[in-house]
Amino acid sequence: MFDLDNWQEIFNTIRKHKLRTGLTALGVFWGIFMLVFLMGAGKGLENGVTGLFGDRAKNSLYMGGRFTSKPYKGLAPGRSIRLTNEDVAAIRNRFEDEIAYVAPRMWMPSGEVTRNGMSAAFDVRGDGPDLIHIDPIKIIQGRFINQMDLREKRKVAVIGRGVRNVLFEKDEKPIGGYIQFKGVKYLVIGIAKSSRRGNNGMEDEKTIYIPLTTAQQVRNRPNSVGWFACAMHPNVKVSTVEHKIKDLLKERHSVAPNDLQAFWSENIEEEFAEVQGLFFGIRFLVWFVGIGSLLAGVIGVGNIMLIVVKERTKEIGIRKALGATPNSIVSMILLESVFLTTIAGYMGLAAGTVIVSLLNMAVGEGTEFYGNPEVDMGVAVTALIILIICGAITGLIPAMQASRVNPVVALKDE
Amino acid sequence: MISLQNIRKSYHTDYNSLEVLKGIDLTINQGEFVSIMGSSGSGKSTLLNILGLLDEFDSGEYLLNDAAMDNLSQKQAAMYRNQLLGFVFQSFNLLNFKTAMENVALPLYYQKVDRKKRQALALDYLDRVGLKEWAHHLPTQLSGGQQQRVAIARSLITSPKVILADEPTGALDSKTSHDVMEIFKEVNREGITMIIVTHEEDIAKMTNRIIYLKDGLIEKEETGTISQT
Ligand SMILES: Nc1ncnc2c1ncn2[C@@H]1O[C@H](COP(=O)(O)OP(=O)(O)OP(=O)(O)O)[C@@H](O)[C@H]1O
Ligand SMILES: [Mg+2]
Repeated sequence: MFDLDNWQEIFNTIRKHKLRTGLTALGVFWGIFMLVFLMGAGKGLENGVTGLFGDRAKNSLYMGGRFTSKPYKGLAPGRSIRLTNEDVAAIRNRFEDEIAYVAPRMWMPSGEVTRNGMSAAFDVRGDGPDLIHIDPIKIIQGRFINQMDLREKRKVAVIGRGVRNVLFEKDEKPIGGYIQFKGVKYLVIGIAKSSRRGNNGMEDEKTIYIPLTTAQQVRNRPNSVGWFACAMHPNVKVSTVEHKIKDLLKERHSVAPNDLQAFWSENIEEEFAEVQGLFFGIRFLVWFVGIGSLLAGVIGVGNIMLIVVKERTKEIGIRKALGATPNSIVSMILLESVFLTTIAGYMGLAAGTVIVSLLNMAVGEGTEFYGNPEVDMGVAVTALIILIICGAITGLIPAMQASRVNPVVALKDE
Repeated sequence: MISLQNIRKSYHTDYNSLEVLKGIDLTINQGEFVSIMGSSGSGKSTLLNILGLLDEFDSGEYLLNDAAMDNLSQKQAAMYRNQLLGFVFQSFNLLNFKTAMENVALPLYYQKVDRKKRQALALDYLDRVGLKEWAHHLPTQLSGGQQQRVAIARSLITSPKVILADEPTGALDSKTSHDVMEIFKEVNREGITMIIVTHEEDIAKMTNRIIYLKDGLIEKEETGTISQT
C-alpha cells in the first residue's frame, strides 16, 4: 500500500484526469470548508454572547434588601430592609462550606468626581477585596482594594479605564495621583478594566471602587451594606444555597418566611445556563448542517468514484488482462479515493481556517453580540479524519465493483 | 503447451441459454503459429478468451504449460495471465492517458518490477517493433498500425510463452496487416506460441496451422504456408 510505485500510478492517473479529479475534490472541499466556516461563525457568536458576561464568576449570586410585603411578628408590611456588616459576617460563617467569596458593597450617592479642574460624573462604590473574584474586572495597573485598606478605612480608589481616560492625560501616571469626590481626596491605587464586551464593559470601566469601610464612614452609616455579591465553591450549585441565604436573612430581619418581596437576588449561574442552552442549540445546528454537507461531500466522492469506475471499466479490463489481481484493483481505486478526500479535505480545512481568521480580523474587537470567530482545531481535524475514513468506506463500494469487472465484457469491442 | 479436452461453454441469458462451445479438443505445441477461423458467432473469441483465462469454461479439461486450469481463483488467473500469456486485441486496448512506453511497461508493474528497469525494458521492446522514437507519444497520436505495434510490444515485455491475438489485423489495412504479421512471425521464430483469430484467409495462410470453427466445434484443420521450424 505504501509502495512508491502504487502512488506514482495514482498520481499519474490523477494528473491525467484533472477535471474528474477536480470535481471529486470539490465536494469534499466544500463539505469541510462549510463545517469549519460554520464552526468558526458559531464560535464567534458564542464568544460574543459569552463576552457579555465577561469572566464574571459563573456560579455567583447577587442579593440585597427591599421592602417587606407581609406583616410578621407584629411588624407592618412595607418596612425597608437594610443589610448590615453582621448579616454579611453571619452568611460568611453559616455557609463557609458553600460560599467561597462574599463581597458586601455600597453605592455612593451620585456626584461629580474632580481632579485638576477636570470633572465628570462616575459611579462610586464601596467594595471589598473579594469583589475581584466575582465581578468581571481585572486590574491592569497597581492593585485592588485589600484588607488593610478596609481595616484602616483608607481613602484610596481603584478607577476604571474609562475614568482614567477622562480624568488623566495620556502621558500621566494615574497611580499615586489624587481624585476628589464630595470633598474627600482619594489616592489612586489601581486601574481596572472590564472583561465584558460592548456597552456593559464600557459602563463597568466608568466605575470607581473605594473601600467599603471608607464609604460607610463618609456616608456616616458605619454598619450599613447596600447589597452583596458572592461566589460559590466549585461544584456548589447557586440555586441550592440561594434560598438558604434568604431564609437566614429573613430570620435575622424578622421577615415572614413566605415573603417573596423582601429580598432580591440574581442568580448568574441560572442566567448563564440559559445562554448555554442557546449555544447548545447553535452548536447542534452547526454540526447538523456541517455533518450534512460533509456527508454530501463524501457521498459525492463515492458517487463520482462509481461513475469513474464505470468510465474506467475498459481500463480495468485491460489492467486485468495484463495481470492485475482483484486486490490490486481494489487498492488502486481505494487509494485514489482516500488520497483525493484527504487532499481536498485538507484544502477545505485550510481555506476555512483562512476565511475564519480573515473574519476574525474584520470583526476585530467585536460588536455587541459577535465576538472573535475561531476554529476549533481539534474538532476540525476530527472531522477530517472522519472524512478520510468515510472516503475509504465510500471508495470501497466502487472499488469492489471495479474488482468484479469482467475483462471479457470490458474488452468487448464497442 | 496447450491441451484442451472436451471444453464446453454456454452463455445464459435471462430467457435462454446458448451453448457456444460444444466440446473442443485441441492440442497446441510450443512454438506453433496457429490461426483460428470461422464464421461470425462460431465461438472463436470465446475459445480464445478461455485460452487466455479471461473467461471460464463449464466443463472439460484445459492444461496450460502442463498445469490444470480449472477452478482458478481470480488471483491465480491474473498471475498466469501476467506470466505466461500475452494479449493483442483488434482494437489495440491501449490506455489512452499513458504514453507508448508506459503502456508497454504496464504488465511489469503487476510483476512488481522496479520502475527504472521496466521503462528501460519498455524502450527495448518499442525498439524491436520500430517505435523507439514514439515512446513518449500518447496512443491517440499514433496510427492504427503503430498502436498495434505498441500493443504487441506490451504483450511481449513479460516474455510470455503464448500470445493470443483476437483479430489483430481486423482494424488495419492490408499493408500494415502484413507488417504486423511479419512481427508475429519473428516473435514466433523465437519459440513463442502464437494463436490468432482472424477472418482473413491470407492472414491465416501466413500461419502454420489453421483451425476452422463451426457452431462451437472444430470443423477441420489445414496447414498454412509457413512450415514449422
Ligand atoms: N457474454 C455473452 N453473453 C451471452 N452470449 C454471448 C456472450 N459472448 C458471446 N456470446 C454469444 O456467443 C456466441 C459466440 O460469440 P463469439 O464472440 O465467440 O463469436 P466469434 O466467433 O468471435 O464471432 P465474431 O467473428 O463475430 O467475433 C455468439 O452467438 C454470441 O452472441
Ligand atoms: Mg470475435
